[in-house]
Amino acid sequence: MDFLPNLWFVLIAVLWVGYLFLEGFDLGVGMLMKLMARNERQRRVLLNTVGPVWDGNEVWLLTAGGATFAAFPHWYASLFSALYLPLVLVLLALIFRAVAFEYRGKAHRQSSRDLWDWAIALGSFVAAFGVGAMLALTTTGLPLNANGDRVGGPFAWFNGYAVLGGLAVVLFALVHALAFLALKTDGETRVRARRLLARWLPVALLPMAAWALLVAAGNGKTLPWLLLAAAALAAGWAWTAARAGREGRAFIGLGLFLVLGVAAIFLAVYPNVLPSTLDAAFNLTVANASSSPYTLRLMSIVAAFGVPMVLAYQAWTYWVFRRRLTEQHIPEPHAVGPLV
Amino acid sequence: MDPLEIARWQFGITTVYHFLMVPLTIGLGLTVAALQTAWHRTGREEYLRMTKFWGKLFLINFIMGVATGIVQEFQFGMAWSEYSRFVGDVFGAPLAMEALLAFFVESIFLGLWIFGWDRLPRILHLGCIWMASLASILSAYFILVANSWMQHPVGVEMVDGRAVMTDAWAVFTNNTALVTFPHTIFGAFSVAGGFLLGLAWYHLYRRRALGIDTVDAQGRVVVGEDPRHGKGRDRTDYRVWIKSLRIGAVVAMVSFAGVALSGHHQAQLMFEQQPMKMAAAEAACHDGTGFSVLSLGSLKGGGATTCDDVVGVYEIPGLLSFLANDDFTTEVKGVNTLLPEYQEKYGTHLPDDPMYGERAGEEINYLPLMEVTYWGFRLMITFGGLAAFAALVALWMTRRGTVPDNKWISRLAVLGILAPFAANSAGWIFTEMGRQPFVVAPNPTFEGIDQVFMFTAAAVSPGVGAGELLFSTIALTTVYAVLLVVEVAMLTRYVRGGVPAAMPELAAHDDGAPGKDDGDVLAFAY
Repeated sequence: MDFLPNLWFVLIAVLWVGYLFLEGFDLGVGMLMKLMARNERQRRVLLNTVGPVWDGNEVWLLTAGGATFAAFPHWYASLFSALYLPLVLVLLALIFRAVAFEYRGKAHRQSSRDLWDWAIALGSFVAAFGVGAMLALTTTGLPLNANGDRVGGPFAWFNGYAVLGGLAVVLFALVHALAFLALKTDGETRVRARRLLARWLPVALLPMAAWALLVAAGNGKTLPWLLLAAAALAAGWAWTAARAGREGRAFIGLGLFLVLGVAAIFLAVYPNVLPSTLDAAFNLTVANASSSPYTLRLMSIVAAFGVPMVLAYQAWTYWVFRRRLTEQHIPEPHAVGPLV
Repeated sequence: MDPLEIARWQFGITTVYHFLMVPLTIGLGLTVAALQTAWHRTGREEYLRMTKFWGKLFLINFIMGVATGIVQEFQFGMAWSEYSRFVGDVFGAPLAMEALLAFFVESIFLGLWIFGWDRLPRILHLGCIWMASLASILSAYFILVANSWMQHPVGVEMVDGRAVMTDAWAVFTNNTALVTFPHTIFGAFSVAGGFLLGLAWYHLYRRRALGIDTVDAQGRVVVGEDPRHGKGRDRTDYRVWIKSLRIGAVVAMVSFAGVALSGHHQAQLMFEQQPMKMAAAEAACHDGTGFSVLSLGSLKGGGATTCDDVVGVYEIPGLLSFLANDDFTTEVKGVNTLLPEYQEKYGTHLPDDPMYGERAGEEINYLPLMEVTYWGFRLMITFGGLAAFAALVALWMTRRGTVPDNKWISRLAVLGILAPFAANSAGWIFTEMGRQPFVVAPNPTFEGIDQVFMFTAAAVSPGVGAGELLFSTIALTTVYAVLLVVEVAMLTRYVRGGVPAAMPELAAHDDGAPGKDDGDVLAFAY
């Protein structure tokens, strides 16, 4: 087995984990705009905890997509075309959500702000669910023929794994967002986020655990089980920390759970990147779906330079905007009227 | 319904729409960075106000480009999976690099810029807008490398029916990309120039109409102020608009010169690399040297293999030859000469291969839709030229320091903002539809690798049905239309609000917005 395709398999997994980790909590904060915030000021506190960073988080999705295209064109082509309709919904959700982030604060009527809030909350929900379903299906398989094309019509992809994966990411995003809010706010929002986190953390991790267990059980390797055991420890640690009010540890513990859990899932399906449910001979694997060694080498050089840079300046943004937000920090909205 | 046709409409609609936002983002971003630099260096209030005002409009537009850009990256795999398999090795790389090296910088540093006012040291804050706007230009380079490869495939060899990259240097220094890049960037600046010019004109006109600014006997401006609008209509406000207007006009004219020069080089490459596109741009049946100013008749594309019923009404002798080859005597091949050449090289019928689906064995029409290529080419030049000419006229009309007190000229100036947008769209529609029936065009007479090509008919996703494509096309088009209305309404409100819309502290009834002197309130929040 060649080294470069394996390296890129790991890198793509890293990009997806990065996306779920970072955008996970901003998707969660988006959903909590409707689930948790009780008034306009609280909603703005929530929104502004992710305001400066959400767009950078979302680029992880674009990079995961672009890197899959470059390193595994067949994976990209088969997965994205097979999941045509759900991805259309994800795209529409991301469009509404992005525009709502920018336009909400510029709306001049409360009714429009309410509408944009729904765009953020529903957009976050649909995007999280859709991405979760897509990742679950790439690990459990799709009805693909020899050419890697979906057979069986527009909904042939739909099954329990899609729902499980969708729920896994939605619920993980919600609790990770609660930990994030506990860490990033003060006052009522912080208190409530802590309480909700301590109550819901174990339940919210169940679907992702179930997805990982099902995939690990179906593939019979040892290493994924070790990673899953570690993930379980991380989850336990996060829960203990959450109940003790240690927000930072809870946030990191949840992040570890995600990293270990997703690593276990990807490792369990390796060397498959997208199995076919029709015939194992049609499976897309690290070997048969990848680009030429030349392209992979080029992309490796670019990634070796680009990824550390991104991590450095993205970390710096979080440092710049590290301050906890409270309702007192939020400026009054100003009306923009015509200047005659 | 034919999935291929729907997929093409969807790609066309989403891409033309995306490219309404992109040129404004690129052009305005760098303009705002330059304005903030001017403020940083001179400390003059008007540059700060210009930075804030144009920066606000920049952000309202930027987010729409971001939101619609995700669709662009995903739809190759979704609707064009066979294309993605064919080109992934060479086409995916610039896309991935665009995300990793440009989009991250753009989005993260823009977030720092938006929320970093008064929080970051000034020089660092200035650096953020430069990083973000330069990254948007870098992203343009990567995506144009990808697109240029479809016009002029280089640096690959064919392995098992797929284009496999063998020479990254050739791909990233593709001569087509190197001339398309300046052409596109100058096109973006002509959009930004027209935007500044038109909106600044509107505000100068409002100041005239309200009697704030007047003119003396020689027609020179006498600047006034109206304290009823706080600082929103003071003397600095006048300087904001007159400077914006002049910067806009100069940018528009300089970029038109750049567009024309780079466009000339592009035409020469097109003449060599895609002769059929050149012929279709001219609706030229026969070889010739003249540039058609007007041709009429049934410019039939679909299914027609003859174009003899095109009537040239007027043409400028030698100009086409000059465009293509810098002299006045080179015969540019017409459609009737080229068709047999293409048929000989690439076949008269699509191969009987399952990859062509129901189209296998169909006759190939090598002639692009000539109505589109002919008029797209001319509309691009006309709108581009009009915008530059209008900028020249605007400079002349404002030589005494303000605009005429005339409602209709003001409306015309605002309407003129659309001309460079139209030129950009027309140019892209021309070049992409002129490439048909290929999605990756072969380069029969030039250094391009002759055997690397792909018919659009083979590129669409075989597993995706017409129903799915129709749903997404309708859904995306509807959402895009609604959001365009929202964006224009939002821009309009902020334009009418003038500088105080972006700087509430300048507004008339500043009833001490809470925390004005309270360092604990954020300078900016969503």
